Amino acid sequence: MKVFVPRDAAAIAVGADEVAAALVREAQKAGVEIRLVRNGSRGMFELEPLVEVETPEGRVGYARLAASDIPALVAAGMLDGKPHETCVGVVEDLPFLKAQTRLTFARCGITDPIDLEDYAEHDGYKGLAAALALGPAGIVDAVTKSGLRGRGGAGFPTGIKWKTVADAKADRKFIVCNADEGDSGTFADRMVMEGDPFMLIEGMTIAGIAVGATKGYIYCRSEYPHSIVALNKAIASAKRAGLLGDNILDTPFSFDLEVREGAGAYVCGEETALLDSIEGKRGVVRAKPPLPAHVGLFGKPTVINNVLSLAAIPFIMDKGSQAYADYGMGRSRGTMPIQLAGNIKNGGLFEVAFGVTLGELVNEIGGGTLSGRPVRAVQVGGPLGAYFPPSLFDTPFDYEAFAAKDGLIGHGGVVVFDDTVDMLGMARFAMEFCAIESCGKCTPCRIGSTRGVETIDKLRAGEAPQLQREILADLCDTMKFGSLCALGGFTPYPVMSAMTHFPEDFAAAERTLAPAE
Amino acid sequence: MQPPTYEPWSPERAVEIIALHADREGALLPILHALQHAFGHVPDAAVPLLAGALNLSRADVHGVVSFYHDYRRAPASGKVLKLCQAEACQARGVGQVTKEVEAALGSKIGGPSADGRVTFEAVYCLGLCASGPAAMLDGRLIGRISPDRVAELVREARA
Ligand SMILES: Cc1cc2nc3c(=O)[nH]c(=O)nc-3n(C[C@H](O)[C@H](O)[C@H](O)COP(=O)(O)O)c2cc1C
Ligand code: SF4
Ligand code: FES
Repeated sequence: MKVFVPRDAAAIAVGADEVAAALVREAQKAGVEIRLVRNGSRGMFELEPLVEVETPEGRVGYARLAASDIPALVAAGMLDGKPHETCVGVVEDLPFLKAQTRLTFARCGITDPIDLEDYAEHDGYKGLAAALALGPAGIVDAVTKSGLRGRGGAGFPTGIKWKTVADAKADRKFIVCNADEGDSGTFADRMVMEGDPFMLIEGMTIAGIAVGATKGYIYCRSEYPHSIVALNKAIASAKRAGLLGDNILDTPFSFDLEVREGAGAYVCGEETALLDSIEGKRGVVRAKPPLPAHVGLFGKPTVINNVLSLAAIPFIMDKGSQAYADYGMGRSRGTMPIQLAGNIKNGGLFEVAFGVTLGELVNEIGGGTLSGRPVRAVQVGGPLGAYFPPSLFDTPFDYEAFAAKDGLIGHGGVVVFDDTVDMLGMARFAMEFCAIESCGKCTPCRIGSTRGVETIDKLRAGEAPQLQREILADLCDTMKFGSLCALGGFTPYPVMSAMTHFPEDFAAAERTLAPAE
Repeated sequence: MQPPTYEPWSPERAVEIIALHADREGALLPILHALQHAFGHVPDAAVPLLAGALNLSRADVHGVVSFYHDYRRAPASGKVLKLCQAEACQARGVGQVTKEVEAALGSKIGGPSADGRVTFEAVYCLGLCASGPAAMLDGRLIGRISPDRVAELVREARA
C-alpha cells in the first residue's frame, strides 16, 4: 500500500522527514508493508506535514502530524484510512483543491517527483511528443497563440521572446531558467522544482527545440537546497532515459541541462544580472539593449524565462494553445499559480484562471488572517509590489487591472497583514531591502534607498514630518525614473502605496520639544 | 540536509577543488561554492589561487567574492542560524521572535552570539512564506517558529 509524505521544503521544515521515518518504523513493527512515496506538496501548508494513505475511496489525508503521533495513528488504523481526529478525508475533495484550476500544478502532490515512469503515466512528456510533431516554428507559434506571458514579473509575451531567439543567427544559443525566486511571499517555483521537476525539464527541452538552443541552465537560489537536489536527480534520470543529451529520443535535436546555484543576491533574479552571475561575475544589471534574446549568456542569443513560464509549456503543447487561452481575462490568459502567504489562515498554492479578485483570494479562499484579527494590508507581487487596503479588494488578478491601481501582480505572491502592522515600518523595510540588495550601478537606487531609510526614521521621530513626507515622495520619484532596473525603479511601489493608502501611519506628530533624557 | 563539517583551510586542497571545476563555463561561482562547502568560508588566501587558475585579475575575483551575501571571508562562529526577516515572515510575527532570540543569545542579529556558539543572521525569504516564521539552522529548515519555541531553537543552535 502506498503512503505519501511530501518532500517539499515546507513540509520538511515542519517535520516531514521525521514523520516519514516514524511511519516506516511503525509500519514495520505492525507488520504492514507500505510503499513510502515522497511526493510534492499539495500546497496547503497549514496542513503540513500532510500524510496521505491510498484507499479504495481515494487518498485519505492526515494533517499536521508529528513523528510522535505516528504510533497511535498506526494503532488506530491510519494505514487502512480509518477515521481519526487528524483525518481530513479524501484529499482531492478538500474545497481548497476543488476550487482550483490546476494546469501547471496538475501533478504536484500526486506523483513521485523524481520517478520518470510516474511522470510518464501522468501525461509527462506528451508535450514533448506534440512539440516534436509541430517542429520549431510550430512550437513558437503555439506558444504565441496561447497568450502565455512571463510569470517572473514583467509579463512579457513568451512567444515573442522565443521568436526573437529563434530568428537570431548564432553558433550557440541558450535556454536559461530563472529559478531565483527571491520575492517574499512566493514559493511556486520551489514547489515545481521539488514537486514536479520533470515538467520544468520538459518545458526547457521544448524551448531548446523551438529556438535551436542545445544547452540550458537552471539558476536556482541557494536558499532552496532541496530544489537543487530534486532537479539534479530528475536531470540525471532524464539523461539516462535519453530525454536529455544528444539526439533526444533519436531525433536530430540535442539538449543538455545544468543547475547553477545562486549565492544569496536578490538582484540576481533580474535577468541580465543573472546571466552575469552564471558567467562568474558580480550580479550587476546590464543596460538594455542589447536584449538577452540577441546578446545573452556568454554573448549568445538566450531565452530567459521564469520557472512557471517554462512549466506551462508542456500543457500548452499537449492540450493546445486554445485550451490554455480559454482561461483568463483580457490580455492575461491561462492560469496563475497564486501564492497565499503571510498572516493568512489557508496559506499555500492556489492555481486559478486570471480574473479572481483579491478579496476572494484573501477572504474566501484564504479564510482571512491566521491571527483572526482584521486584514489591514496585502502586499501583492513581492518586495517591489504595492500594498493594497481592503477597499481595493475588488481588483481582479490581471496584469492590467493591477497596473491600473498602481500595483503589480509580479510573480503572484499575496502577503496578508493584520491590523497590528506598522505601515511606516513596512515602507522603511522596502527602502532598507533595496539598499541591502542594490547592485550599486545607479545612484538613485544605491543612495536613494539609504536616504529613504533615514528620512523615514526622521519622520518617525517627528522631525519636521511634513517635510520628510515630501522628501520621501521626491526620493521615490527620483528612484522610479532614474533607476536602470525594477529594484530601484519599483521600490517606490510599496513605499508610496503605504503612504497613500495608510496615511495615518505616516502622520507622526511634530516634535517640538527635545526628548527628555 | 546534513550538518556541515569543514576541513581546515589547505591551499593544496583548494587547488584540487579549483581544478575539478575550472573547465566549466562560468566556473567561478561553482568553485566558490565548492570551496565554501569544503572549508566553511572562502579565505582571502584563495583569491590568488582562483585568479591564477581562471586567468582573472585578483581584483575581479575579490569583487565577486565580496558581492555575494553567501560567501564568508572568515569561518562562522559555531552553528549558523539564519532567521527570515522578509515581509511574509514579518506578517507572521518574526519581529517578536527575533527579539527573543537576540535576548537568549545576548547579541544582535548579524553576528556571533555572546558565547560564540551561534552566528545569528538575517535571510530574506526561504520560500516558506505560509509556514513562517522560518529559519535555517546549519542548512536545516525550520518552520512555524512561534515565540514559545524560541527556547528550544536556541538550545538546538547552541548544542
Ligand atoms: C530585482 C529583480 C528581481 C527579479 N527576480 C526575479 C526572480 O526571482 N525570478 C524571475 O523569474 N524573474 C525575476 N525578475 C524578472 C526578470 O528580470 C525577468 O523579467 C524574467 O526572468 C523573465 O522571465 P519571464 O518572461 O518568464 O517572466 C526580477 C527582476 C528584477 C528587476
Ligand atoms: S536600480 Fe538598483 S539594482 Fe537595478 S541596476 Fe540600478 S543600482 Fe542596480
Ligand atoms: S518571507 Fe520568510 S520564508 Fe518567505
